[in-house]
Amino acid sequence: MSPPPWLSLDGISISFGGVKAVTNVSFHVHRGEILSVIGPNGAGKSSLINVINGIYRAQTGRVTFDGRAIDRITPHEAAHLGIGRTFQNLALFKGMSVVENVLTGRNLKMRSSFLAHALRALSARQEEARQREKAHQMIEFLGLQRYRETPVRQLAYGLQKRVELARALAAEPRLLLLDEPMAGMNTAEKHEMSRVIVEANRKLGTTIVLIEHDMGVVMDISDRVVVLDYGKKIADGEPLEVRDSPAVVAAYLGLAPEGFASAGVVPGGQLQ
Amino acid sequence: MSFFVEVLIGGLLAGVMYSMVAIGFVLIYKASGVFNFAQGSMVLFAALTYVSLVERGFAWWQSFAVTLAAMIVLALVIGRVALRPLVNRPPIVLFMATLGLSFILEGAAQWLWGAQVHQLDLGIDDKPFEVAGIFISEFDIFAAAIACLLVAVLSLVFNKTRIGLKLRAVADDALAAQAVGVNIETVWAVVWTAAGTVALVAGMLWGARTGVQFSLSLIVLKALPVLIIGGFSSIPGAIVGGLIVGASEKLAEIYIGPLIGSGIENWFPYMLALVFLFYRPFGLFGERTVQRV
Repeated sequence: MSPPPWLSLDGISISFGGVKAVTNVSFHVHRGEILSVIGPNGAGKSSLINVINGIYRAQTGRVTFDGRAIDRITPHEAAHLGIGRTFQNLALFKGMSVVENVLTGRNLKMRSSFLAHALRALSARQEEARQREKAHQMIEFLGLQRYRETPVRQLAYGLQKRVELARALAAEPRLLLLDEPMAGMNTAEKHEMSRVIVEANRKLGTTIVLIEHDMGVVMDISDRVVVLDYGKKIADGEPLEVRDSPAVVAAYLGLAPEGFASAGVVPGGQLQ
Repeated sequence: MSFFVEVLIGGLLAGVMYSMVAIGFVLIYKASGVFNFAQGSMVLFAALTYVSLVERGFAWWQSFAVTLAAMIVLALVIGRVALRPLVNRPPIVLFMATLGLSFILEGAAQWLWGAQVHQLDLGIDDKPFEVAGIFISEFDIFAAAIACLLVAVLSLVFNKTRIGLKLRAVADDALAAQAVGVNIETVWAVVWTAAGTVALVAGMLWGARTGVQFSLSLIVLKALPVLIIGGFSSIPGAIVGGLIVGASEKLAEIYIGPLIGSGIENWFPYMLALVFLFYRPFGLFGERTVQRV
């Protein structure tokens, strides 16, 4: 028997001014797994992630996380609960350096009062050093040592994606939502990014919900896969069984057969 | 020569008054990317509340404390009622909200305190005094000193405290700030409170100079060229912009006025702002924004 769901979405519907983005979608995430959400563009993947950390509110449905309802949560509350995330279109402090960005991942979460801050002033320097040490670990983890003091604005897109992941990981989230972390990367970069995600999952014990287009990556690193099409869930299960599901094949063949090609599957052959 | 210096110093000190108004805009613009159209109404509301309390026999510090408290309550109510439902909406939506807010504030001020013009005496003489052969207004020096104090306090808060770090994070990228655990509503409450405080101080100084009347809310228009020249997102920019506007309009009035007719100081700052828009649209201290297509 599988453990009880840690994060669960039940009957989630989201619409924007009458346009339905997501219709009655339910799925569960177990602690410690990597769950990928895939689907063609506009399938509602990002909307679902935005509901989990409170950027959007679902019109109907419930979200529970670690035994508590989080449908009315705000993004900063989600961060305090240990839900970290990265964004499809990057959300970085562009004026700050790499190390400063990563430090905000640790610093801003702290809710210490002004008084507590003042009382701790004696040990403040050690505290500061400890935070920096942690930040540097994350920077090394993502291979960003060379760019430590570089303003984020000046970095290439792929590097900025890594900085964002480093910042999210620095906060030591229990649940990490990754919205297309590999978009616009080449094969080598994707490979490196996959390694980091798997390591974060194994070594740091972070549960991961991943949105990704590259089927090869998804098949490689996911424990389970949820497939969306036109805002509806059409499959949910282990990578191989999802890949062979007729509904998924139909959805993908209609729109993006190259996704399958990169997974090493010949679409035509698979259909027989 | 000493006449030139006198005009220059007079202009610079008058410019400080413009800076005071502009700083209120910058605070809110930095934190939310919104041009707060209601800043002028906040100045009016604060000045009118203060002067009305003084006229009803309260001591200046009592009136100041009550007005300050009112501005803080106002900031919290605005955040709760007007801004919270509009989080993560485009700046133009928030701008329209501040436009509505400015009318509500002006209406509320009129309803509470009436529409007549009030004299405000802060107990500082507007007498000129002489330094090395140059006459300087005592009141202008006082206003400049108050402005310096205000800027010092603001920069201390925003550079040395955790809330300052949060503010800078929100200013840089609101979505990212929320994702790392910053409560954007707290940050808004803080900047609106700060902007309200600045409005109160600016309102008292302007009110003492021109009388407290409804045209006070029109100093929004005078702050515009200051912001365009200095840059919308920079407090130093607001200060320098104010000084440039103050000095240049006075010098233009004195030295160009006789050539092409007086009244130049009313439109000269806008001309200057226009030139800046052509050559430096992000202002002297503003962030250069590059749109990639």
